[in-house]
Amino acid sequence: MPPAVRLHEAVALAGRFPLLAGACLEVGEGEVVHLRGPNGAGKTSLLKVLAGLLPVHSGEATVLGWDLVADRRAVRGQVGMLGHESFLYEELTVEENLEFAVRASRGPVVGIRPALEQFGFTGRLASIPLARCSAGQRRRASLALLVARGARLWLLDEPHAGLDQDGRDLLDELLAGSRAASRTVVFASHELERATAIADRTVHLAGGRVVEPPKTPESVEQAAAHVA
Amino acid sequence: MLRDAVLVAGKDLRIEIRSRVGLNQIGPFALAVLLLFGLALGPDRRVLAPASAGLFWVAVLLSTILGVQRSYAIESVDGARDGLRLSGLDPAGIFLGKAGAVVVQLLVLETALAVGVALLYGARLSGALVLIGTCVLGTFGLAAVGTLYGVVASGLRIRETLLPLLFLPVVSPVLLAATKAWDEALAGTPGRAGGWLDVLAVFAVLYVATGIVAFGPLLEDG
Repeated sequence: MPPAVRLHEAVALAGRFPLLAGACLEVGEGEVVHLRGPNGAGKTSLLKVLAGLLPVHSGEATVLGWDLVADRRAVRGQVGMLGHESFLYEELTVEENLEFAVRASRGPVVGIRPALEQFGFTGRLASIPLARCSAGQRRRASLALLVARGARLWLLDEPHAGLDQDGRDLLDELLAGSRAASRTVVFASHELERATAIADRTVHLAGGRVVEPPKTPESVEQAAAHVA
Repeated sequence: MLRDAVLVAGKDLRIEIRSRVGLNQIGPFALAVLLLFGLALGPDRRVLAPASAGLFWVAVLLSTILGVQRSYAIESVDGARDGLRLSGLDPAGIFLGKAGAVVVQLLVLETALAVGVALLYGARLSGALVLIGTCVLGTFGLAAVGTLYGVVASGLRIRETLLPLLFLPVVSPVLLAATKAWDEALAGTPGRAGGWLDVLAVFAVLYVATGIVAFGPLLEDG
């Protein structure tokens, strides 16, 4: 089975500044991958490249079978992204936002109501404008949209940020069930304990490239013991 | 493409109905422009009535800039523009939808402005078919150009000042042709407006076609 995501020496630029400087990454179908790295390592840029929002300047990039170098728009209908922003409209209600986005991506409209209920948007709460929702509720609305759209690839940037304990647990539950739902997930997070518990593996980024994990005193000791 | 256009237009109009920016700001702005023209030219209706067509269309042009800026302002909050790009919608459909929503709002505004020129300037609104035809064709042209240049300007920090600079010179043929067509209708000779209506139709078709082709790359690069 071909990988859901394949980057080879992918370079993405902002002007002349390299956001990705030859990143290589493979993610299998149904895999949950945690992106780890310091601020400015290229985690958000990597997610945006995979979503087709940033162009690939050189190298190879294939997502769900689509070649992003040739056409980065085609994949978008199959990708759900949770960024620092909600990607939703302030004046529309949570329900209207989901309806618009799901219809736009030709997703199943029947999934909207259950997704709203799953994230606590029941009764009047589903029909108030997004502008009146708290930051946490907006985050929940964005997650409800991901679920309702039924995208095959989830790209999540700090998904736990702004969520309360229930919301975090709900998100972890969803991510844990990704393989069963035939969903691939790539997410960036600084919440290492949670992220490591959910992810199948962790990928380290630095300077816009995928790198070997940095050596800790424990890992050096382990390596020395292995050699001995 | 048309399905996507209807979806986007419905979304934009729903937002406008809810926010009432058009009703509370753009409408009063356009009427204030009419009033200010009246003050500048004086109260003599023998001066105002013959200038009605031109003043009407200048007010429409200025209001279009506000309408288009508003159309993109709703996409600039909380990453909505990226959300639109991620939605999988056909860019041509997005263009037609956004332009269509601007057309609807402008036609409503033009109805109010027509009443305004009749009341303030004493213009006799004769030749209704030509007046309406001019409004429809002219508005399609204005909305198409505005939506096209609006997406260019919307991705930039200087968008508020750039859009009028890009928009006004390009739509000068619409101002000219629509004013002439309205002049003929108000003068009681609507039959002589045919050529000007043709100009408006060609302009509208040209810019709608350009928008359908060019909007996608402009949305990506903005």
